[in-house]
Amino acid sequence: MEATVHATGHVAHRDDEGKRMGMWLFLFTEVLLFGGLFIVYAAYRFINPEDFHTGSQHLDWVIGAINTVILLTSSLTVALSISAIQSGNTKKAKILLYLTLAFALAFLVNKYFEWGGKIHHGLFPGMEEFKHLTHGESLFFVLYFFMTGLHGLHIIAGGIFIGFILYYINKGEVTSESYTLHENAGLYWHLVDVIWIYLFPLFYLII
Amino acid sequence: MESEKMATEITPKGYVNFFEESHGLKSWIFTHDHKRIALLYFYGVVGFFLMGVVLGLLMKFEMITPGETIMKPQTYNSLFTLHGVIMVFLFIIPAVPAIFGNFFLPILIGADDVAFPKLNLLSWYLYVIGGIMALSTLILGDGPPDTGWTFYAPYSVKTGTNVIMAVMAAFVLGFSSILTGLNFIVTMHRMRAPGMDWMKMPLFPWALYATSWVQVLATPIIGITLLMVVAERVLGVGFFDPSIGGDPVLYQHLFWIYSHPAVYIMILPAMGLISEMIPVFVKKSIFGYKAIVYSSLAIAFVGYFVWGHHMFTSGMSGQARVVFSILTFLVAIPSGVKVFNWVATMFKGSIDLQTPLLYCMAFIFLFMIGGFTGLVVGALSADVHVHDTYFVVAHFHYVMFGGTGFAFIGALHYWYPKMFGRMYNKKVANIGFGVLFTGFNILYFPMFILGIQGMPRRYYDYLPEYSTWHKVSTMGSWVVAIGLIIIIANLVKAYRKGEPATGNVWGGITLEWETKSPPPLLNFDKPPTVTHGPYDYSILNK
Ligand SMILES: [Cu+2]
Repeated sequence: MEATVHATGHVAHRDDEGKRMGMWLFLFTEVLLFGGLFIVYAAYRFINPEDFHTGSQHLDWVIGAINTVILLTSSLTVALSISAIQSGNTKKAKILLYLTLAFALAFLVNKYFEWGGKIHHGLFPGMEEFKHLTHGESLFFVLYFFMTGLHGLHIIAGGIFIGFILYYINKGEVTSESYTLHENAGLYWHLVDVIWIYLFPLFYLII
Repeated sequence: MESEKMATEITPKGYVNFFEESHGLKSWIFTHDHKRIALLYFYGVVGFFLMGVVLGLLMKFEMITPGETIMKPQTYNSLFTLHGVIMVFLFIIPAVPAIFGNFFLPILIGADDVAFPKLNLLSWYLYVIGGIMALSTLILGDGPPDTGWTFYAPYSVKTGTNVIMAVMAAFVLGFSSILTGLNFIVTMHRMRAPGMDWMKMPLFPWALYATSWVQVLATPIIGITLLMVVAERVLGVGFFDPSIGGDPVLYQHLFWIYSHPAVYIMILPAMGLISEMIPVFVKKSIFGYKAIVYSSLAIAFVGYFVWGHHMFTSGMSGQARVVFSILTFLVAIPSGVKVFNWVATMFKGSIDLQTPLLYCMAFIFLFMIGGFTGLVVGALSADVHVHDTYFVVAHFHYVMFGGTGFAFIGALHYWYPKMFGRMYNKKVANIGFGVLFTGFNILYFPMFILGIQGMPRRYYDYLPEYSTWHKVSTMGSWVVAIGLIIIIANLVKAYRKGEPATGNVWGGITLEWETKSPPPLLNFDKPPTVTHGPYDYSILNK
């Protein structure tokens, strides 16, 4: 434990455990943020089962599955990067983090084409085709765009977080002695992954 | 005796307190010191509180006669919305945790700061940004929102007023509240002084602990709900508007899943303050320490499952209503346990009737009225009659203003000498208390009667038979205003000219009284070690 002693005799400890606890609490709030949306999804699916069925047939499960594999792999790379930094292999940790970022980018590109396809067919709120949908179908697409959109923002936020870790590794502030921040970034990334694991079946598989 | 020894140390001589540590605007707005952040909150929260008071006074003045008195109906709608938004999101939710929690939580557990000081400062910035966003609706866009602070759909997705900005303000303020709660939980888990195990922690930290969990676990739900309102308005999609497939009752569920637990964010810390103050002024250990701890946790927990009681008349199945009603009655039990504990603590104590204790007693009295009328609105058949009437307004203000508001002002008088190192004029403080207490009851008690008679809340106009009690209530609002002016003037004067306060003005034995007034930057000269329970007044006899 690194400890700094103030002039007054106060001892300030670096509290890694506390930082981890803080991150977990923050993850709870994220789970509940999406939890609200899952409630809305459940309620509207219950009210409009048929329409949600037709809605989900517009989505291509292959693209969804590819994205799932991409995210799962990125979770692996971020976890490996943490063990790399713990054993002092900075170079390997950095490569693995860059790989994670590459996967994140691949996920977003995939998502871009998927959304683009829907918008091309006029299925975005306010567009011509969208107006012909039933209430239930439009709710399905609204939820689809809202939830995957919010998830996409979380991917971007997680990517920025990982970018900061790379910066701190270069500055020598994240090291084999002090890697809690790195672990926290990993935790956040796993959460983003886990949320997708729920979104994928809800929109693509339950038909 | 320890307390006498302490009393001989006169501030501000002989050490550098946290005010003197550094100077200039930058040393405040970039500070990481929990005490300075608490004071930053203090000035912000009090500023918004006074704005909310002025809006309330204007509303009451409008209601002195039926029909138009000083404003148009649309203005009135905006006033009660802004009054609610300001008082709920900018005053009563942050007031006790962000001010007294920030200032005293670390000191009470013997720490030198919170776990994440930078995050703490970020919370304050989010608070300020949220506050500015809420106020900006006054001048930006198509006028301030007129939906009521609940932003009920579908009206909130259809009205032409600036709902988006107000809703985003509530979102940002929610984020600030989450970060404060997160910070406090980690602080209490990780930074208690040596010797302070959980069951030696004072009761105000315990109340904050229960509250913080509610802040962390409930606030995200309102966040996402408000984002859905924004999406609905921007994209024209039907989350909550029934004409395009949405369900307005679902909005109410989501809103109250947060907002009922939120009333515990508002009241639990205030209950903690009362538990903290009463033993000091009766020089006796608190009665049922553990019962108070567990009842705080129980209130926080059961409070999650009662939100449906706001919707008894909104369309819910009979079974659901019965369950929500029973659960609501259950929450009354831990609240009652606390009242019993406070009264039992005072029983046979050597009561020293100082200003803070007056506020504590007023709290118990007013909270009882607010609490019992809460059972009236929580009962199914009675609620059908009084739902959305002045009865609910009176109930809510008795709990929030009579409860949290009085606890807040009481705690301010309790800790003022510790925070600012000066003593106020106690006589004037007591007069201010008397005027406020009297005015409060004249202002709000008639609302119970109006509500029973059927006067609906949020109405701009009323039938002539309601006019007597409306007049009484409006006059009460003036007395409240006078009381607040006396209290504030007294405290402001003390800030400039008050007698220097000693380290331990009330003879308390919790840790904040072991340091100087105002405390030095790191709170204590030496990090404290805890040897006795927080209210173990038997040590004074040794
Ligand atoms: Cu409630």
